Amino acid sequence: MSVNEQVLSYPIPAEAPLEPPAEWAELRGGCPVAHVKLPSGDAARLITRYEDVKQVLADPRFTRQLTAPDAARLSADGGGVFNSDVAQIIPDSGDGHLHWRRLVGKWFTAKRMAAMRPRMAEIADSLIDDLVERGAPGDLRAGLGFPLPVYVICDMLGVPAEDRERFSYWSDTLLNLTRYGKEEIEAAQAEFFQYMSDLIAAKRAEPGDDLLSELLAAGGPDEGGLEDLQIIVTGMALLVAGHETTANMIGKMVSMLLADRARWEALLADPSLVRTAVEETLRLDANSGFGLPRYLPVEAEIGGETLPKGTTVICSMAAANRDESAFEDAASMDLTRSPNPHLAFGAGAHSCLGQSLARTELQVVLEVLLRRLPTLELAVPVAELERVEGLAVGGLRTVPVRW
Amino acid sequence: MKITVDEDKCCGAGSCVLIAPEVFDQREDDGIVILLDAEPGAGQHAAVREAAAVCPGAAIEVSE
Repeated sequence: MSVNEQVLSYPIPAEAPLEPPAEWAELRGGCPVAHVKLPSGDAARLITRYEDVKQVLADPRFTRQLTAPDAARLSADGGGVFNSDVAQIIPDSGDGHLHWRRLVGKWFTAKRMAAMRPRMAEIADSLIDDLVERGAPGDLRAGLGFPLPVYVICDMLGVPAEDRERFSYWSDTLLNLTRYGKEEIEAAQAEFFQYMSDLIAAKRAEPGDDLLSELLAAGGPDEGGLEDLQIIVTGMALLVAGHETTANMIGKMVSMLLADRARWEALLADPSLVRTAVEETLRLDANSGFGLPRYLPVEAEIGGETLPKGTTVICSMAAANRDESAFEDAASMDLTRSPNPHLAFGAGAHSCLGQSLARTELQVVLEVLLRRLPTLELAVPVAELERVEGLAVGGLRTVPVRW
Repeated sequence: MKITVDEDKCCGAGSCVLIAPEVFDQREDDGIVILLDAEPGAGQHAAVREAAAVCPGAAIEVSE
């Protein structure tokens, strides 16, 4: 049976840690609006072509209202972050969303991120010192990839980085697809919510020089600011988004670049390639996670098909990023590729708010690694790298390296 | 080269500023694009084309 006729289980498992499942190319070619079954058992349609994914992400008819009664649940235990009522506290469309986006977005401008470069490099240097001191082989994920973005987002939010183990667990439960049960998720979310509520109360009493204190200082909705509940949820969302995604990407980026050491050598010879190399690893990340779900409250057409009202659509940006009709020689890694309009951060009004932060972190980590550990190499064959399963954000369990 | 930007389409991602900081900036109070130079010199053209091509909101228009 071909992919045209069957209902695929989604996510589609991949055999190799850094390579895409073969089904992606088949789907793009012959079945661009595929029928899939989610971990919950609910049905959805999977979009894999570049133009279609870009259109869906930018089209306001495809909403983020995954709490609608007839929307597909992503996982049997409530669906984590996407299906959560908490996600609905931040306005998802219209003027409300625009207001929220601009109020928070000003903290993530490219210029602010560029100003944080020296601090990011300092953190990276010190983490690499520790890694080197512990001796080779070391785990780049635990030693550098994970802590760096956590320190940075904690600095920005004014959250104590010592609590990072707890954030990491809370975030995993929020990003859960199949790894945790309902009770465990609910307990973790309640704890996380309480933690953030207490922190906001403490900041109201004693403001600091950080994003959360500034959001409080902007006043309530009548004064152009946000409700306290919205600030709490914003804090939770930024903490989760700001650490899990980039943390995993650092390990994947370095693994992809070391998988063929000619790439690493090219970067050592010409570090000005760092910027385009980072974009190319974002484009080719075959393990980016679940993709972005959208819910259709009205009928709409996509990829030549009319989808009925009530359809849940999953956008696979990772599959779209390998579409030959959008990228020349799409399957090969070209460290100089430009322009590189990949969809790793989404597209349109909801495209990732923190993309300048993520890009800057990835560039700085790579620059510091090239300078500090030019002899870096994977300590295991690529095929032995293991994917993290069961979470909405994809990553590698460990990234063993030596130098 | 002549550049125009559409503030309503801009989502404040800042990718244009990371690529061409001499041509684009973002407003301090909401992160929306500021066009610093609507007719930049030839040295900036490649970066401007790249910024326009990757803008997630398709908010940058370039005519040559």
